[in-house]
Amino acid sequence: MSTWHSYFKEQGHAPDWPYPIRFDQKQEIDADVLVIGGGIAGCWAAISAARQGAKVVLVEKGDTIRSGAGGPGCDHWCNVPANPVSNVDPDEWAVHMADRPYCNGIGIQIQCREDYDCLLELEQMGGKVRDTADEYVGAQGRDDKTKFMISPRYTRIHSYFPVPETEAEKEKFLKSEHKLSNVVIRVWGSTFKPALKKECQRLGVKIFDRVMTTSLLTEKGVQGTRVVGATGLNSRTGEFMIFKSKAAILATAGPGSIWLISTELGGYCNMMPRTVSGDGTAMAWRAGAALTTMENNMVLRIATGYKHKWYTGAGDASYENVPLVDANGKALPYPIQGWVDWGAMVPFPEVEQVVREKILKGEYKLPFYGDFPAMPEVERRATWNLMLGEESTTKVITKTFNDAGYDPSRDLLQSYKFIEGNSLPQWREASHSGGLLVDWDLKTTLDGLYAAGMQMFAPEDHSYAAATGRYAGRKAAAYARQVGESRISREQVALEKARVYAPVQRSSGMEWKELHAGIARAMQYYCSEFKTESLLKMGLGTLRRIEEEAVPLLFALDPHKLMRTMEDLSLLTHAQIIVNASLARKASSIPLNFQRVDYPALDPPEWNKYITLKLENGKVKIGELPLAFWGDMKKQYEARNKDYTGVYKGK
Amino acid sequence: MSQQKLSAIPNVVTPNAPVIFNPDICNGCNTCVEVCQIDVFIPNPEKGKPPIILHPDECWYGGCCVNDCPLPGAITFNWPLQQRGYWKNKATGEIHQI
Repeated sequence: MSTWHSYFKEQGHAPDWPYPIRFDQKQEIDADVLVIGGGIAGCWAAISAARQGAKVVLVEKGDTIRSGAGGPGCDHWCNVPANPVSNVDPDEWAVHMADRPYCNGIGIQIQCREDYDCLLELEQMGGKVRDTADEYVGAQGRDDKTKFMISPRYTRIHSYFPVPETEAEKEKFLKSEHKLSNVVIRVWGSTFKPALKKECQRLGVKIFDRVMTTSLLTEKGVQGTRVVGATGLNSRTGEFMIFKSKAAILATAGPGSIWLISTELGGYCNMMPRTVSGDGTAMAWRAGAALTTMENNMVLRIATGYKHKWYTGAGDASYENVPLVDANGKALPYPIQGWVDWGAMVPFPEVEQVVREKILKGEYKLPFYGDFPAMPEVERRATWNLMLGEESTTKVITKTFNDAGYDPSRDLLQSYKFIEGNSLPQWREASHSGGLLVDWDLKTTLDGLYAAGMQMFAPEDHSYAAATGRYAGRKAAAYARQVGESRISREQVALEKARVYAPVQRSSGMEWKELHAGIARAMQYYCSEFKTESLLKMGLGTLRRIEEEAVPLLFALDPHKLMRTMEDLSLLTHAQIIVNASLARKASSIPLNFQRVDYPALDPPEWNKYITLKLENGKVKIGELPLAFWGDMKKQYEARNKDYTGVYKGK
Repeated sequence: MSQQKLSAIPNVVTPNAPVIFNPDICNGCNTCVEVCQIDVFIPNPEKGKPPIILHPDECWYGGCCVNDCPLPGAITFNWPLQQRGYWKNKATGEIHQI
C-alpha cells in the first residue's frame, strides 16, 4: 500500500515535504495578458491572446494538462449551431437559447457564432472531434460525409427550457414538424486538455502550474480602479508570486462546496472538485468588480454525499439514451432522451409522480435498470464507449465497470432513481449561477479585467467556456496593445502577502476543514430554502463572526494546506456575497430558485431584473439591469467583431 | 504481535485509499502526481517507488491518475465501499457489484 499510514508504519516517521519550501521568497512576472485559471476557458484565452502576439502568462492551481472541470474529458460539444450538419441558423438559435430569464445572452451569442470555429481549431491542435476511425458507422446522427457524430441530446428543443406544459405542446414536440436541430456534437474530450496545454506551450505562453491566484492588484491599490496584476501562492513551495499585467482574464470556476459540510464526502459526490472554490469571483469582488445573479442557487443534483456519481442531470448513466426497466424488466414510461423523444434530460414531473405511485402499488418493482442490452449494438457502443467513456469523471467509472466484468451487451446497469432519495433542500450549489457582469467585449466593470467561462454570470457548458475564453483572449490582447505600462502598488502587495502567510505563522488553532464546515453550516441555516430578512441578517452576522473570530485562528502546516485555507477564505467571501445578493432581491423567483418567505409573490414584474452588486469604498453597493440588457444580439456581436475571420460565413 | 512497538497515531481519514498501486508494475514515474488536479499524491522519497497518497480525503475521483498512467495495471481505482455500483446479468438475473 502507498498510504501515508503504511509509509509511517514501515519507516517509523512521516515523509519529508517533497518540495523545496520557499515561504520567504517571491517572484515577479510581467505579462501583456495574464490568464487566471488554466481550465478550458483559460487555455483558450491564453491561446487566443498569444495568437494576437501578446506576451501571455497563464496561472493554474492544478496542472494545466488535466485541470478544470473539463480536465478528464468532455463528451458533448453542446451548442454548435454553425456546424455544417446543423439545421438551425446560429443567430436565431442564439436568440432561442437566450429566451430564458437570467441567462447570459452575450456569452450565448458568442458561443453560437464561434463554437464551431473552436471545434475545428481544436482538431488542428490534436483534439479528436470526428469518428475518423469509423467506429460508429450506422449510429443515428453520424454524418458519413463529415464523420461528425450528432448527439441525440436536445434534438428538437433545448432541455434547459421549461418543459412543455400542455398535452398539445408535448404532441407538438414529439411529432414535431421542427427538424432535428443538430446543434450538439459528440466529441472525444479526453484528448482536449493535453492538446490545449501543448498549443499554449507551442505559442510561448508562460505557464505557472500549482499556483493559486490570491488577489487582483489594482491601480494605486484602490478598489474599483484598473486591474494591473495579481498575486499568487505556489501550493507546493509556498513561494509568493507577483504578476504585473496590462490586461487580465479571470477564468477560474464557481464555488463548488459552500453548502457542503463534509469535505471528505464532497470529493466523490460533487460535480466539482474541492479546488473549485470561487477564488476568481472573490478576488474580483474585493477589487471592486460588479457581480450579478449571485442570489441564484439550487439544490445539489448529485452531490449529496451519498449518491452514486455519474454526472449531472439525470444523475446516473443508466438513463441517458438507455431505456429504463424495472426489476422485472417492465419498461418504464421515461423519455429515452434523444432520437425517439424530444430531447429532454429529465421526465415530466407528472411522469415521475406516476412512476412513484406505481412503485407504491407494487406495479413497478425496484430497483430500476438501464437496459443496455436492449439497445442497437452501435448505439450502445456510442453511449457506453463514447458518451460515457469520454465524459469527465465517467471515463474512469466505465473503466472500473469494464475491469470488474460488466458487459453492456449482456448486463443491465442498476439505476439509483428513487432508491437513494432526493437531496436535502439545504444542500445547495451555486457554481452555475452568479458571476461577473460582462459587456460585449467580455470585459468586467473594471478596466483591464475580462472574464470567461464559469467566471461570468449564468455560465453554460464546456464548449461555452472554450468559445468565451477564446473571445476574451482576443479582446484582452487588443486592450493590452493600446494601454500603457501598469504600475503595481507595493503597499497592496505587502498587505496581501501578510494576509496569505498569516496561517503559516501559527502551528495550532483552527484548520481549514473546520472553517469550511462552519461556513457551510451558516449557509445551510440562514441562506437556504427559506429566506427572510432576519434569517439572512443572522447569516451575515454569523459569517462576520467567523471572519472576526475564526479566521485569525487559522493555521496551516504546509503550502498545500495553506492553499486549502486560502480557498476557504474565498468561499467565505463568496458566501457573504450570496447573502448580500439574497437580501437585495425582495421577491421570490422560480427561475432563480429563490424563495423569500417575507416576499412570497413569485416573479412580480417589477422584480424581473438582474440585481448587481459590488464593493465601493468597502461598502456593498446594489444596482440593477433589465433582463436582456445586452440588446440585439446579432447586431451587437457584429458591431464589435467586424474584423473577425472565423469559419462561419452565414447560412 | 505482542512485541510490536506501537506509535500513537490519530484515526485515518475516510476514505483512505482512492487508488491502489501495484509496486511490481509502477516504476515511480509520477505521471499521476502531475495530472492530479488537487495534489492527492506526493512522490515517494525513494525513487522508482509508487507515490504516497497524502490527501485521500480530497480526492474527487476524477480519474486522471488512472486514465493517464503509462503502465497499465500500475494504478487501479478503488471506490469507497458505499460507491460501488451494481449490475444484473439480463439472462440469468445474477447481481454483481464492483
